Amino acid sequence: MSAPAITMDVRRVGEKTAVVDIKGEVTAACEPVLMSAYEAAGGSATSRLVLNFAGLEYMNSGGIGMLVTLLVRANRQHQQLAAYGLSEHYREIFELTRLDEAIMIYDSEESALNGVVR
Amino acid sequence: MTEPATTGTAGPDKVASAEQIGLSAREVASLPPRDAASWAKKVDRLQVDPRDGVRGTNVAGRRLTGPVQGFGKMWQKTYRMDAGPQIPPQQAIATWREHFPEFWPKGNRFAGALTGINPGDVALLDLAIGGGVKLSTGVFVLYADAESFTLMTPQGHQFAGWITFSAEREGDTTIVQAQVLMRANDPLYEIAMTLGGHRKEDKFWVATLTALGQRLRIQDPKVDTRSTCVDSSRQWRHSRNVWHNSMVRSVLQTLAAPVTGLGRLMRGSKRGMKSQPNG
Repeated sequence: MSAPAITMDVRRVGEKTAVVDIKGEVTAACEPVLMSAYEAAGGSATSRLVLNFAGLEYMNSGGIGMLVTLLVRANRQHQQLAAYGLSEHYREIFELTRLDEAIMIYDSEESALNGVVR
Repeated sequence: MTEPATTGTAGPDKVASAEQIGLSAREVASLPPRDAASWAKKVDRLQVDPRDGVRGTNVAGRRLTGPVQGFGKMWQKTYRMDAGPQIPPQQAIATWREHFPEFWPKGNRFAGALTGINPGDVALLDLAIGGGVKLSTGVFVLYADAESFTLMTPQGHQFAGWITFSAEREGDTTIVQAQVLMRANDPLYEIAMTLGGHRKEDKFWVATLTALGQRLRIQDPKVDTRSTCVDSSRQWRHSRNVWHNSMVRSVLQTLAAPVTGLGRLMRGSKRGMKSQPNG
């Protein structure tokens, strides 16, 4: 499997919330990077995880599958997942795959942080 | 707020960056994403045209279902085949996309578009479930590019999820694989999957990959199967998915076929009598 062209920067916002800034290509190959970011975000100590997709350049169906795996992991820890920064194209993909029913989508970081109770 | 922690690695240099080809930030923002043509356009409910050779029921008007909408335990099943060094991934996927129905085990029908597998297509399926009954359902082509394609299931299908078919180089060889990410759609299917359904599904995809391997002229194709339970909990809030169960509906449709056929015949003959000119 080729190396993933992606970076994920983790910022803590408040005690129990973390934001992951995703830049690059989301494919199945970036699962180790996402899971490292999840751990860096505090793992089970974080109750709210916000994914920032403003830097998303490319996503295939393997990437969507990987997000489902992250969702399962977050649900197991009773964590909420939210997303913002999705372009119209990627927002439609979330709706098409019905991932938007499990990951709340917001227009901005502010609304994502306000929508997810802090 | 703390300093950001960065995780990531540089990817392969497949595509020139915007800077390299001299595009401004505004020009980049106005370009469609590189994956735009690979994804299906958004649909709320499936629409289908009748196709020869399949019953074509239990698909029109149905919504798509991903693993989030399913009921049973979540499984990731991977079926891998070593295609050898001679076959590029693109060739394997092109063959698979073009001849997809031909690789299915006998007794099962896949009626897709004549042009092969393309994003947004809806294919109608008749699957052999024993006792002479065919399970009528369908699949939606969610994604397709040169190295992979993904099918997503509608309400009523045995499972809620998607199947990704892909090929890629691993060292000197090409690995071809089918990967299913799924939950049984409702409690009845969950029971059926536990009572041999998983085994039947494994045999189905091993047979499919073997047939593809034979088409690609691979000597003695071998398929490795790996199943992982990603989530062992069941989503009871989705137990009402059973209303759409295509297996139950297919059995009822098979039983009712003589009656509905007779009714259709009688309506047809009545219309024929009415349209007869008075002598």
